[in-house]
Amino acid sequence: MNTEPTSVSESNSPAASHLTDPAFLEELRAQMLKFARLQLPDVALAEDAVQEALIGALKNAASFGRRSALKTWVFAILKNKIADLHRKRQRTVDASSLLSDDDEDDDINSLFDKKGFWAVDERPTAWSQPMDSVKNEHFWRVFETCLSHLPENQARLFMMREFLELETAEICETLDITSSNLYVLLYRARLRLRECLENHWFNEGER
Amino acid sequence: MMMNCQQATRLLSEAMDREVSLQERAVLKLHVMMCSGCRNFGKQMGTLRGIATTYAKDSAEEGSSEGAHGTSDTTR
Repeated sequence: MNTEPTSVSESNSPAASHLTDPAFLEELRAQMLKFARLQLPDVALAEDAVQEALIGALKNAASFGRRSALKTWVFAILKNKIADLHRKRQRTVDASSLLSDDDEDDDINSLFDKKGFWAVDERPTAWSQPMDSVKNEHFWRVFETCLSHLPENQARLFMMREFLELETAEICETLDITSSNLYVLLYRARLRLRECLENHWFNEGER
Repeated sequence: MMMNCQQATRLLSEAMDREVSLQERAVLKLHVMMCSGCRNFGKQMGTLRGIATTYAKDSAEEGSSEGAHGTSDTTR
């Protein structure tokens, strides 16, 4: 897998020295681990991915003078590693376990009435200036909490699609599920996430 | 045929993942015109994507503040 851009390696560039700064390295590692653990079920796997991404980064660190550029690039490598791991898990993931959440239909169905129209209290309201929220640290806590309350398989698919920005065909192939399975699971994830954000952030204080 | 909200929201979500046909779009538009709930839902699909993209990007770019996004208790 060709994850790292190639570059000339050279040891005493500014970015290379960032990577030998223990405090910077430890902070970076912690951030990467947190990111990886959101998307991988297994701590050991997440730690391996972070380790490999850091090693990969060291090889090409000379290309980056600024810490922020280096960081962006290290995370790009990490994302690729995570996507790789999802691909490798393909054989071991039981596709049926991914889809065995039919019992949740009740939960989703309660959002709608018998004819499939919004139940009285569930009708989505308008969010005012929603993208202003991303500047608010507390908003991210709400977002992470909502994400962690999704059923695990839905959360994982949502993150593969929206964080890793994988194409749907690639996700289906990797996990050996059909596109309609994928669409319905993403739909459920979005329904729940939307509802959670509306109740705990956008309409907070109005009820 | 008139679409209900469950079908409309399903399609609004799928529109984030695949091309929807002209016919689907026409039926959807008819529903959304009359339904403020689904209209809001449709806008929120785009917002969710924007939020998720920002989240992933900030995790990668955020500099000196604590951790990627503060708390560390979201891992399972």
